Amino acid sequence: MAGHYNYWMAIVLMMIGLYIVIAHGNLVKKLLGLSVFQVSVFMLYISLGKVRGGTAPIIEAAYTSYSHPLPHVLILTAIVVGVATTALGLALVVRIYEAYGTIDEDVARAAERKSDPR
Amino acid sequence: MTIFTAIDVVLFAILVACALGIARLRSLYAAAMLSGLFSLTCASIFVLQDAVDVAFTEAAVGAGMTTVLFIGALALTRSRERVTLPTRSYLALAVALAAGGALLYATADLPAFSAPDTPVQQHPVTERYLLTAQQEIAVPNAVTAVLASYRGYDTLGEVAVIFTAGVAVLMLLGKVRGTTERTPSAASGGLQRHHRVLRVVSKVLMPFILLFAFYVQFHGDYGPGGGFQAGVIFAAGIVLYALVFGLNTARQTLGLVALRLLLPLGLLIYAGVGVATLLLGGNFLDYNVLATDPVHGQHLGILLVEAGVGITVAAAMILLFYSFAGRGVSR
Repeated sequence: MAGHYNYWMAIVLMMIGLYIVIAHGNLVKKLLGLSVFQVSVFMLYISLGKVRGGTAPIIEAAYTSYSHPLPHVLILTAIVVGVATTALGLALVVRIYEAYGTIDEDVARAAERKSDPR
Repeated sequence: MTIFTAIDVVLFAILVACALGIARLRSLYAAAMLSGLFSLTCASIFVLQDAVDVAFTEAAVGAGMTTVLFIGALALTRSRERVTLPTRSYLALAVALAAGGALLYATADLPAFSAPDTPVQQHPVTERYLLTAQQEIAVPNAVTAVLASYRGYDTLGEVAVIFTAGVAVLMLLGKVRGTTERTPSAASGGLQRHHRVLRVVSKVLMPFILLFAFYVQFHGDYGPGGGFQAGVIFAAGIVLYALVFGLNTARQTLGLVALRLLLPLGLLIYAGVGVATLLLGGNFLDYNVLATDPVHGQHLGILLVEAGVGITVAAAMILLFYSFAGRGVSR
């Protein structure tokens, strides 16, 4: 059971994130769901680098087995890029609110249709 | 059932509870705080799986910066969500179940968790990064060696993405039309009059936070840390200052003009190191040619590149916070 437990849980969390993105019309909620999804993908990557009996990949004479450093590198940079893109999304949400007075995509779309009936 | 598995199960249970809470709660402030808790728990899982550098970043970014930015955006918009239509929920549930089912089916092909004979562990690159790197680069933290040297191109690209996102947010939220004269409000004045304990404590903590950021920056070769983490921690110090003493006070300390210069400066240092190696006869970002001794050249290159990363990340994070907080002040 422990063999694939980590992968399963990462996928369950990923799907909760995907559900939030699709089910909710609120744009901030969508971004929250997207960050849940994103962090779950990170967990899947990191769990693939883990090795039994290994330690953190900081080389020391006392240890011989280390977890793989490559997933760590990829995810470390992805986290910081993730916050930058989330901030960009939030900035767009703020501008949408200033233009339409709402952060709900359905309401904003209805307002758009009313102002430009084509 | 070992201690490892027990902790793993408990942490994942907390994560699922947080994720469901985020999905259910209609108060967006509460959902944003839960996402901070979600990130912090993730960081614990990363520590459990030996990814100390990643855990460090996730704790600083996910639990710190992202939560602050979400709350900053909520302050400018609405904090309550409308009720979701049931048809939409059912559709989403169907999609999530189908996609999740397919992915769970696919995990049958993945090797067992933490097995030593997986393709990841047996790939020749593993030996290169963990063993050969000790002669080629001689930096104990393999993550730093791979990040700054072996995969230097990737990291340059990531820094460029952060720079671009910072510029885009500035374009969207930076300049506000109309009144530039600001009336002192709750947001601009910070917590100056109330919360004396908070003010005193944060003032005492400030130098230590900033000093810690520099420690993380320059100790990244030997322990967990590096430019990405240091940049975010430095920015967190300034954000704390702005929250407690007011945005205007923080802007007097570290102004917008300086930040707008620092944002591209880091990226230019990084790319400049690449150009320098080209001019010295090596490949782009091949640090061996930077000094007479290749290993010394690697150390110099990593130091400069990490400094560039730290500068751009710190400037971008502070600018992001200023953009959201500043818009609230001037409205």
